[in-house]
Order: sequence, then structure tokens, then C-alpha cells
Amino acid sequence: MASGPSGSASAELTTPTPGGPAIQARPVSSAPAVSPIWGFIGRRILLGILVLFLVSIVVFLATQGLGDPARAILGRSATPASLAALRAQLHLDRPLIVQYLTWVGGLVHGDLGTSLAAQEPVATLIKDKVVNSAFLVLIAGGISIPLSIAIGSYAALRRDKAFDVAMSLITLVFAALPEFVVGVLLVVLFATTVLHVLPAVTLIPPGAGPWDDLQGLVLPVLTLVLAVTPYVARIMRASMIEVLESDYVEMARLKGLPERVVIIRHALPNALGPTFQVIALNLAYLAGGIIVIEYVFNYGGIGSGLRDGVFNHDIPVVQALAMLIAGLYIVLNLLADVATILVTPKLRTRL
Amino acid sequence: MSVYNPLATNEPPLVQPRKPSGVLRNALTLGRTRVGLALLVLVAGVAVFGPLFAPHGPQDYLGLLPNKGPAPGALFGTDHIGQDVWSRFLDGGREILFLALASTILGLAIGIAIGLFAAYTKGATDDVLMRGMDVILAFPSIMLALVVIATLGPSYWLIILAVGLTNIPRAARVTRAAAQPIVERDFVGAAEAIGVPRWKILFGEILPNVLSPLMVEGSLRLTYSIGLIAAIAFLGFTPNPNGADWGVMIQENYIALSVQPWGVVLPVLAIALLTMATGMIGDGIARAAAGIDRLRSAE
Repeated sequence: MASGPSGSASAELTTPTPGGPAIQARPVSSAPAVSPIWGFIGRRILLGILVLFLVSIVVFLATQGLGDPARAILGRSATPASLAALRAQLHLDRPLIVQYLTWVGGLVHGDLGTSLAAQEPVATLIKDKVVNSAFLVLIAGGISIPLSIAIGSYAALRRDKAFDVAMSLITLVFAALPEFVVGVLLVVLFATTVLHVLPAVTLIPPGAGPWDDLQGLVLPVLTLVLAVTPYVARIMRASMIEVLESDYVEMARLKGLPERVVIIRHALPNALGPTFQVIALNLAYLAGGIIVIEYVFNYGGIGSGLRDGVFNHDIPVVQALAMLIAGLYIVLNLLADVATILVTPKLRTRL
Repeated sequence: MSVYNPLATNEPPLVQPRKPSGVLRNALTLGRTRVGLALLVLVAGVAVFGPLFAPHGPQDYLGLLPNKGPAPGALFGTDHIGQDVWSRFLDGGREILFLALASTILGLAIGIAIGLFAAYTKGATDDVLMRGMDVILAFPSIMLALVVIATLGPSYWLIILAVGLTNIPRAARVTRAAAQPIVERDFVGAAEAIGVPRWKILFGEILPNVLSPLMVEGSLRLTYSIGLIAAIAFLGFTPNPNGADWGVMIQENYIALSVQPWGVVLPVLAIALLTMATGMIGDGIARAAAGIDRLRSAE
């Protein structure tokens, strides 16, 4: 354990790791040091925080720096007096940098501001919505990830056969369709026009959760699954094909292992590496996709909350939800990087 | 929709890049490209020439009840306030097509310029530019557009800018990946040696060699811009609230879907066919650019 890692590390110095060249040449101390993966994760977290900081600047400038929120909120009929009053209430009369620091300072301390429409703290307003959306995304992810891995692997094994060709066309079409179009078409098909078997909206009564209306969950979850599965299945297929043609899979076959063992023990884990990136990107994409899909199904989550916030010019709500969704996006990408390293032995030993 | 294409992204061409015209010719031999092209001609034809054939003006009241099903004088019935669905449908494609094209062209132009510049200059400039692109990528595209609309309100130029902005980092990444191996080639060094100005090297020497992956990326970005533009209108953000626009039509008639589906079904199908068309064309070009032989016979 003491000399192994450094030996293999220097042997593979030529190929760059995704983390950049700086992390390759680190000497491995002889003491039982912390696993190098922690250093990698630490750097990734720092990078994530930096990106989040830059994102906060963009969100702030877009909502408060470019236009006049007071005028947007009050509309054209605003009087100079009411404008001035609202500007004072929102601290818009202070210099931009002070406004930014006040806002970010509040965020860091968990103070998300006060909703202008509801006159309530944003945090209490969005608490239930966060839970509802998380539930939706988790269910959709929990279904679409295994499904797309299965479809992609099977298509790779049946390459150029009927299943593969059919899947290639189906995923191509669903990858192109905007998610709200899929949602609306599903509603037309299953809820309002062709069949009348499922509800068109998800009803979440106050105090209840989306799990209390399982029937109402079917269509939104299906829409999200159809939005995500095509990409992941396509990547899984491509990476599985590459692995199946590799020397070590041929080796495993030649030494007489049953095909099932070759696929599950040798091919699948190696094909998952590149797929994890795409899975995380797509989970992150779900975080954006819920904005439109929740609106289609009138689902009370952060997506429809953001839409309503934008519609009502409720700037504090928009800012908080935008930061939340961007934060989720960044965390999921970070998890993808770590998962990729963990499932790829080659990258792991090179840390 | 952030269209991820395994053949298009982050993968510089393995062999000598093929000539764009040859790629297009190869793409046209594929069934999917032809079907896509036929669909595109159909839907774009409706969008561009539809208004000429509309029996009524898009904002004419027919004197019929709102949300009425197909009736004499109203082929597909009336919408939520009694206007003719068919006429509004014929009139509603131009806006979406124009906005999507404009934001795609804007995003591609800036993204390609950034990608070429990053690949050519390398080093710190490259790092800073691409990390900047990562920041834009940290926003779900539709959120980026919504955040800007929250204060500034929806206007055509703002929607084009916002959607164009989401196209920039993706176009830049693909351009940079494709241009990196080209930058190392001898003819670039030769051009530098005889003193060709930098912008001429970027756009005259390097750009023509990365056109194939960019055609693929262009069709992906168009597919995704159409979806994004339509989604923004569907969420209720439009500069022209009662104007005829496929996205707006879906939004305003959605509530009456169970009574009068045509006001929603027609524009939804049109958007679906349009994005399918550009998606299939993009896939066809991607396959042709990667070399059909390489895909078919790797064994």
C-alpha cells in the first residue's frame, strides 16, 4: 500500500486527469495518509463554491443590476412617491455593491429575504416546494437511471439488430422534443382527450405531500423520465460498445467466463464511468426541466414557484429559487466527478 | 433542451476532417436526414407561408362562442376568446421560427469566435474563457432566460439575447475541441510566419477545417432554441400577449384542453414535428461527419 500508488502514478503521468495536471505529481507519503480522493473532493468543492459565487453575481446583476425592480414590480402606473418608497424598502437606493453584499450576506446566514407578493419570508414560502420538487426529481431519477442503463446496455449487446435500431430512432425523437411538448402530449393522450385514465394536474393540498396523490404523479414523472432517458441511454450504448470491443473483455471471454459474468462483472462497471457524468448532467438538467414540467401539471414545487415569481416580479423569490436551482446543479455535477473517479480504477490510482 | 450528442461533443475528429459539402451529401443519403428535411420543409412552409392562406385575421372575432369545437367557418373551432384557431395557427409559426433562428445564429457566432480564440491562444486566456463558459453552463438554460425576464420584462431582443447566451458555451466547447488539433497543424504555423493577421488565421485558416462538427452543433442548437423559445412563451412570457404564436396559443388554450383540444393540439404537434425534424437532420449530419463506415463496421 505504501509504494504501490506512487509507482503506478508515475507510470501513467502522460495522460491528463480530468482534474488538471496539478494533481498528478503529488508525492505519496509513506505514512498512512488520508486517501488522495479527499484532496480531489476538497478541490472540487472549492471550485463549486467559486462557481456558486460567480452565479450569485450573475443572478444579482440580472435581477437587480440591469433593470429597475421597483418599476417592474409596480408597473407603469407607479407614482414617483411609491417608487421611492419601494426602492427604500428594497434598499435599492444604496450603491449596487452594498445591495449585493447585503443580499449575499443574508443568503449565507439562511435569510432568503421577504416575498413581495406574499409578504412572508421566502424560506417559509418555499420550504414545502423544495420537498415536493425533490420528491419528483428523485422518483424520476430513480426510474430513468436504471432504465436508461438497461436500455443502453441491451442496445449495445444487440448492436444493429431490431431493438438497437428501434431504440436509436425512439431516443432520437424524444431527445429532440421539448419537455413541455412531451408533457402536453401526454395530457392530451391520457387525461383529457384520447383516454381519460389519469389526472392532468397534480393536486397537493396544503399540509400534504405529493406522495398523497400518487395518480397525479404518474404523468409528471413519466414526462421527466422521457426527457432524461434518451440521452443517458445513448451514452450508455456508446460507452458499452467501446468496452465490449476492448481487450480485457475479449480476455475474459477467452478464459471461458460465462457471457453473463463477462457483461456484469467486467463490461458494465467500466462502461458506467463515462455514463455517470451524463447521468449527473441530466439530473441537473431535471432541476431545470421541472420549471416547465411543474407548470404543465400545476405541480407545487420550486419550478412552478420560480415561474410564478418571475410572472409576479417577486424578485426575492426569483433570486432565492435561482440560487437554489443553480446550487443543486453544481452539487450534482460535483457528485458526478467524484462518482466517475470512484468507478474508474485508472483515474483512482492516478490521484 | 440540452441536446447531448455522443458523436458531436468533446470529440475532435479522429481522421482528416471531411469537407462540409461531402458531409452534407453523405448525410442526404441517410433516411433520417431525408425524413427530417421533409418535415422541416413542411412545418417551416406552414410557418412562413401560412399567413397567406389564413381564412381570418389572427385577432378577428368570429361571432362564435369561445372554445367551440370545429364548426362551419371555423375549421378547427374557436380559441379561449372566440378567435379562429386555424387562422391563428397558420399565423403563429413565423415568430417562433424567427426568434429561434436569430438566437441560434447569435449564440453560434459568439460561441464559435470564443472557441476558436480559446483554442488558438491556449494557456491562461483559454482557461479563463472556458471557466467563464462553465459559469453560464451552471444555469439551467430556461432559468437563465427567466431570471433576466423577471426584472426587464419579456421583449423580443431580450429573449433572443437570453436564449443566444445559453447557446454560447455549448458552441464554444465544441468549436474549441474541434479546433485544438487544427491549431497544431503546419499550415497555421506557416500563416503565422508570413504575417497573416490573427483574425484571418482564426476565421480563414482554422474555421473552414472545423465546419463539419459545427454543422452538427448548429442543428442541435436550433432544435434546442426552438424548444426554449416555445417554452418561454408557454410559461406566459411574451412581448405580444394576444399575438398569434404557437407557444402562446398552447398557454392560453391549455385551460380549456378537455373542451376544445385543437387550440393546443395543432401548435404542440407543429413544435413537435419541427424539433423532430431539426433533431433528425442533426443526427444525420453527425453520422455523416463521423463517417458512416466507422459507425457501421468497427468489427
